[in-house]
Amino acid sequence: MSAQAPPSSLVETVLAFADDELVLGWRDSEWTGVAPFLEEDVAFSSIAQGEIGHARALYELAAGVLGGDADALAFDRAPEEYRCAPFVELQLVHDWAATVARHWLYETADAIRVADLMESDWDELSGLAAKMDREEAYHRMHAQMWRDKLGGDERFEAAVERLWPYALGVLEPGQRGRLAELVGRDEVAAVDRGAHEDSFAALHEEMTMVRRSIPGAAW
Amino acid sequence: MIWEVFRQEREGQPFTHGGSLEAPNREFAEAYAVEFYGRRAESVALWVVPREEISDIEDPYVADVFDRDYRRVDGYSLKVKLREARERAGTA
Repeated sequence: MSAQAPPSSLVETVLAFADDELVLGWRDSEWTGVAPFLEEDVAFSSIAQGEIGHARALYELAAGVLGGDADALAFDRAPEEYRCAPFVELQLVHDWAATVARHWLYETADAIRVADLMESDWDELSGLAAKMDREEAYHRMHAQMWRDKLGGDERFEAAVERLWPYALGVLEPGQRGRLAELVGRDEVAAVDRGAHEDSFAALHEEMTMVRRSIPGAAW
Repeated sequence: MIWEVFRQEREGQPFTHGGSLEAPNREFAEAYAVEFYGRRAESVALWVVPREEISDIEDPYVADVFDRDYRRVDGYSLKVKLREARERAGTA
């Protein structure tokens, strides 16, 4: 444990990060069984699981300060209490070009966020960020290889254009310039955290369904 | 495009065929090979090779017409010769 409790704003950041990873992992997992080909189905499902694993670790860290446990933070909150960016809430299944566009934009943004958290004074957080970064390196490689493959494709480029303001909303305002530079686009008004996409209600309903079916059960 | 994957379980061991996978290019093939054969530490090294680059020799057996058992590694039993040699040397 750190000598003193981390500032609540940092705990909020961790919670928002966890929500991003959980919801994106959930959305990515919607491709399981229907990805463009079998190998990609396995690879993308594995990445989805990776994101949810990161969410779990981040929730555990937050729960150490806020109380409760990872499951309670992940599944027992009301939809309006989630802090995820609208970017990760978008349901893109069946549009592979848009899914790859989000995957690439998200992983690029995530690299910036993780690098900053690795510098955190909260030792447990910087340690966790470093651990996550090792796995994210594989996600980034996968995203970059798809970006190289689909870059220049009309549908892919249109998706990047459409998703760009959303992608910026994953990061704090002070981090967004770096993303714009890495992606090679101009910074525009971001779709910020706070409000949820309409589709989030249905996602939350489904995501928490089993947990709510028998409250307090030990699984 | 089909790729064949060979994996080495431990350093110094021979590569063995792991299986095949479909990938549009070498970069994808390498990534998927890691996904299927590497990420759970089941391999220390992997080879990926396009299936079309592998020569498939259907009937590699060349029949021995003359008796040349001595050319085969199983031509005579080393075990027997060793035992006889040890007996001669008195170390059996």
